Amino acid sequence: MWRYFGRKLFVYALTFFVAVTINWMIPRFMPGDPVRSMLARASVGNAEALEAMRAYYSSLFGLDLPVWQQYLNFWGSLLRGDLGTSVWLFPTPVSEVILGAVPYTLGLLVPAILLSWIAGNKFGAFAARGRWLDNTVLPVGYLLTATPYMWLGILLAWSLGIVAGIFPTAGAYGFALQPSLSWAFVSSLVLHWFLPFLSLFLVAFGGWAIGMRNMIIYELEADYSSYLEALGAPRRLVRRYAFRNALLPQLTGLALQLGTIVAGALLTEIVFSYPGLGNLILEALNNRDFFLLQGAFLFIVLGVLIANFVIDVVYVLVDPRVRVQMQGGAA
Amino acid sequence: MSGVSLEVSDLTVHYRTLRGDVHALEGVGFTMADGEIMGLVGESGSGKSTLGKSLIRMDSRMRHVRGTVRLDGEELPIGDQAAMTPFRYHRVSLIPQYSMSALNPTRRIGRMIDELLESRGVRPASVRAELLRRLDLVGLSGQVLRRYPIELSGGMKQRVVMVLSTLLDPSLLIADEVTSALDVSTQRAVAQTLVEFRDRGYLAGMIFVSHDISLVNQIADTIMVMYAGKPVEKGTAEAVVNGPRHPYTRMLISSLPEVGVTHAERRLEGIPGSPPGLLDPPRGCRFRERCPLAFDKCDQEPPFVEVDRGHWAACWKAG
Repeated sequence: MWRYFGRKLFVYALTFFVAVTINWMIPRFMPGDPVRSMLARASVGNAEALEAMRAYYSSLFGLDLPVWQQYLNFWGSLLRGDLGTSVWLFPTPVSEVILGAVPYTLGLLVPAILLSWIAGNKFGAFAARGRWLDNTVLPVGYLLTATPYMWLGILLAWSLGIVAGIFPTAGAYGFALQPSLSWAFVSSLVLHWFLPFLSLFLVAFGGWAIGMRNMIIYELEADYSSYLEALGAPRRLVRRYAFRNALLPQLTGLALQLGTIVAGALLTEIVFSYPGLGNLILEALNNRDFFLLQGAFLFIVLGVLIANFVIDVVYVLVDPRVRVQMQGGAA
Repeated sequence: MSGVSLEVSDLTVHYRTLRGDVHALEGVGFTMADGEIMGLVGESGSGKSTLGKSLIRMDSRMRHVRGTVRLDGEELPIGDQAAMTPFRYHRVSLIPQYSMSALNPTRRIGRMIDELLESRGVRPASVRAELLRRLDLVGLSGQVLRRYPIELSGGMKQRVVMVLSTLLDPSLLIADEVTSALDVSTQRAVAQTLVEFRDRGYLAGMIFVSHDISLVNQIADTIMVMYAGKPVEKGTAEAVVNGPRHPYTRMLISSLPEVGVTHAERRLEGIPGSPPGLLDPPRGCRFRERCPLAFDKCDQEPPFVEVDRGHWAACWKAG
């Protein structure tokens, strides 16, 4: 058991290392110079002053050092929890900027992922029962999964936001409000949250419903189902077993899909100007803000890895076959 | 053996396919005595598995066209899934062909058995002692109930299924090709365990479906041979194997290898030709095309008649 988790942890650590390294490399080898863009913002005419400022900023961000040293420094400060200073929101530390955005992204992602998974599975299993439902669920499900997140987002924003005018289409809360625990603020927060959530939920929901519908039909035709039916077991019992067994591949599917869903959340945030990590990444790109970009990606990598690890653990808990193999492997 | 326990008459079952109805069983009629083990043999597609399934649970493609089945004098509503449910497991039970995969892989075996029993209105505690006793009889400890199917070998799973299927002492047990996936020595052990179950009264009667006539001969009291959806011969095992009346049975038995005969001396003979398609079965005797004894009268369907005491055959020349 521990050997299994030890091996898993090692693989995750390796993934983390590689992901962070790539994450460090990408902004540095991108075209564009952050220091120059900061200087342009300052619009200083004096050439000497300009040179002094360049030297100051370069040493401040550590850009005057050789690349390998920048890399080592990056790991050093990362381990100390220092993600550097944002260029775009200078001089706010990157960690502060990101921590301000993370709750919005999590608030959007966690309910969307979990609810779509639960509802999609329930609904797919339910649909596999009836001919009429089956014939409608399949095409609608395929349509939903094939829809790009942002396109569905734009469609929802246009139909429910602009035409019907029910939901606001931008921001996390009304422009006139300050964050507080008042009724007005919370209701505005929920209203603004709903459309981005819905677009994420719908796309993922279609995929889960189709997956479950196919899996449960397969399980209902499995030998153990036929045997139970021959012995007169009620439909309820057979369905319960089939549903549980069909959930296992769906759990693997969830682990595989996490990355895609996170990417979808980033696009959705941009469509709805939702102040989460996605929006932050867009701003960081536009402002050549290496450090912010790195920090944001770091959080995404961490989130996906942690979620995958949780699924690994859950899988071991729910599937005796994995458990047995592990015990056999450790013995 | 006393009295008639199973009485099947004119049973006709079709499979619905896109190209039309396949006449898998046509006018099948036979009786089984109380305590009888009947071996049901025939080649693939002869309808032996269909007959077995019809007696407990038809799948969605099967259609009960006509005919009746009476078990201990009571009619089984075989065409009606819901009405048939009370009979399943309690009165008619099944050991499937796929015993190795018949148990839910994600439930502990004991818990699965309890859940099944509860759903059939039996209190698990009331049969617990009997369950352990029977597991012990087939050489399994009560420990297996705490295990998952994956932790058991194929043979162990098969024995669990044998015990589970017969736990409620059914009047009729259908053993559908239970030995097909086993090696020869295990085949015999499994078959003999089933005979012992009968002797101990765990089951009143059994239909042992198999394509292996020599194995059937070792355990069955009677043998029924099927061909193209119809029984062609039924009699005591001894009579059918040593004095077959129907030409198909004769050819089937003569095509078996014998101990001590090297096949350099005598080539094994098969039966030339292949069985007729059952989408549109031929009129008259269905074996006519391959039968060396066929004559004009074989245009007409031969009745399944008693040619000797307790020995039936469907052939114009058998009488």
